[in-house]
Amino acid sequence: MKEEQDYIKDIAEIRSMMERSSKFVSLSGWAGIMAGIYAISGAYIANRVYGFNPDDITDTSAASAMTEVLLLGVIILVLALCTAIYFSYKRAGKRGERLWSATAKQLAICMAIPLLAGGILILVMISNGLVGLVAPFSLLFYGLALFNASKFTYNAVKVLGLAEIGLGLLASFFVGYGLLFWMLGFGIAHIIYGIYVYYRYER
Amino acid sequence: MKILIEGLHKAFESRIRLGIMSALAVNDMLDFNALKEYLDVTDGNLASHLKALEKEKFIGIEKSFVGRKPNTKYFTTAQGKQAFEDHLKALEKLIRSQK
Repeated sequence: MKEEQDYIKDIAEIRSMMERSSKFVSLSGWAGIMAGIYAISGAYIANRVYGFNPDDITDTSAASAMTEVLLLGVIILVLALCTAIYFSYKRAGKRGERLWSATAKQLAICMAIPLLAGGILILVMISNGLVGLVAPFSLLFYGLALFNASKFTYNAVKVLGLAEIGLGLLASFFVGYGLLFWMLGFGIAHIIYGIYVYYRYER
Repeated sequence: MKILIEGLHKAFESRIRLGIMSALAVNDMLDFNALKEYLDVTDGNLASHLKALEKEKFIGIEKSFVGRKPNTKYFTTAQGKQAFEDHLKALEKLIRSQK
């Protein structure tokens, strides 16, 4: 017969196993904060250097700067991804876990499918000159991806996803403020989320 | 320990078996490698615990191929779910009676 202490340890093991096998908890708040900073800098460069700020859905002056802005967007995405992987790698190491676990794989797949679909759709829209819809659609699909992936990680990701979906829909009503909404969604929302995750889970 | 609690199942005395059931309780299906990774045990050790749970009919097996490699997936049976739930209830009762 086991001792009482053993049963308490059993319960701790059950809890930790359920969490470890269903949730990816190596996400770092710092990744969110840094992604937000990249996004704000990117939006600033797009607006100031390339004069990018589409006024309506088929703004031809904005369409001419689209290639540069697209490249800028890709750089921001790659930078943000690398930062997220770096911080997650560090956190996983600290907790003595592997970064690329079965849960991480599921999280990545759930994220990737809406993002890829949205990314392809956005490229098609750009090629048809619908530059004004790039900001709302990128917010919308990013929000859907987060919402979809949130069952494998912190609840805060679900809230962030809903916020991005809301901002994306709003941005589709006010196309002239697309870049502003984009900055709010990818910049400010990420920073708030990052600070929350940092205080809630990392300290 | 004088009180014998009903529902505590002998199959769950081992923490590894308890871990297998916990992981399968929150996932529809898991393959051998995923379980191995979560539990941090050797192949032989995990296999023998899985076999024991299978004998109790607590877990089921689904064999398939990923390309040419055989892939074995495990899931909990209705019977296993019931036993695990009873075990949890019994643990809960036990802790409460200690207070």
